[in-house]
Amino acid sequence: MTELAKKRPEFRNIHAFSDLPNYRWPLAALVSGMHRVSGVILFLLLPFIIWMFDTSLSSEISFAEFKSAFNSHLGFIPGWLVKLMTLALIWAYLHHFIAGIRHLVMDINHAAVTKSFGRQSAATVLVLSLSLTLVLALKLFGVY
Amino acid sequence: MPQNYGSARLVVGAHYGVRDWLSQRVTAVLMALFTVLLLARLLFSRGPVGYDVWAGLFAPQWMKALTLAVIVSLAYHAWVGMRNVWMDYIQAVGVRLVLQIFTIVWLVSCAGWAVQVLWRL
Repeated sequence: MTELAKKRPEFRNIHAFSDLPNYRWPLAALVSGMHRVSGVILFLLLPFIIWMFDTSLSSEISFAEFKSAFNSHLGFIPGWLVKLMTLALIWAYLHHFIAGIRHLVMDINHAAVTKSFGRQSAATVLVLSLSLTLVLALKLFGVY
Repeated sequence: MPQNYGSARLVVGAHYGVRDWLSQRVTAVLMALFTVLLLARLLFSRGPVGYDVWAGLFAPQWMKALTLAVIVSLAYHAWVGMRNVWMDYIQAVGVRLVLQIFTIVWLVSCAGWAVQVLWRL
């Protein structure tokens, strides 16, 4: 008579609070997740982007308003907060742009879809996007 | 998963998403090229970038037409992306529908505003 197999654990649902924090995040997954997050940020900041497009472009007077939004304030929003929002925008755009090119490369080139390329290219994306963000952040906050 | 609707038509899921998938990539390439073009024109402009230089970039009609194409691309690209996000995380059909409607209103309004800015110049 065969011995009954030990009852195996069943997973029927994700228990968000106990399971999600234990997920491993390899670099490729991190870059992919950040691609989505940056996309949502860009979507939500779209009115801010078009406000910048509008005020910077419409007239010389509005161009001056645009500059003073950063240098002093925009209505009740202080300049540093405008700069912080712009920084969020800069990061989101850079990450979405560079990670997007990585996705396109992987769509076009079959040889690029390997575990090692996934990891290397993800690392490249992070290094590029974060260092460019840092350079522009220093410029934005007037360090150079 | 193949599924029968009625007696004759077999409806399968494969390749239904290809059109959106492809258009998201085509619009992405267009926006990326536009970004490079705009940056190049900005970097190779002479003197400090004041209002004249900045507004001058968008003055020619071909630039307005190209920017319009990018605005439409952005709206469609963001629609595909946001719809994917809602489909992944929002299971309740009613809530998902409301969020999808919000997404469309948000994107179309923003696109309209951008177009107004462009041709007021």
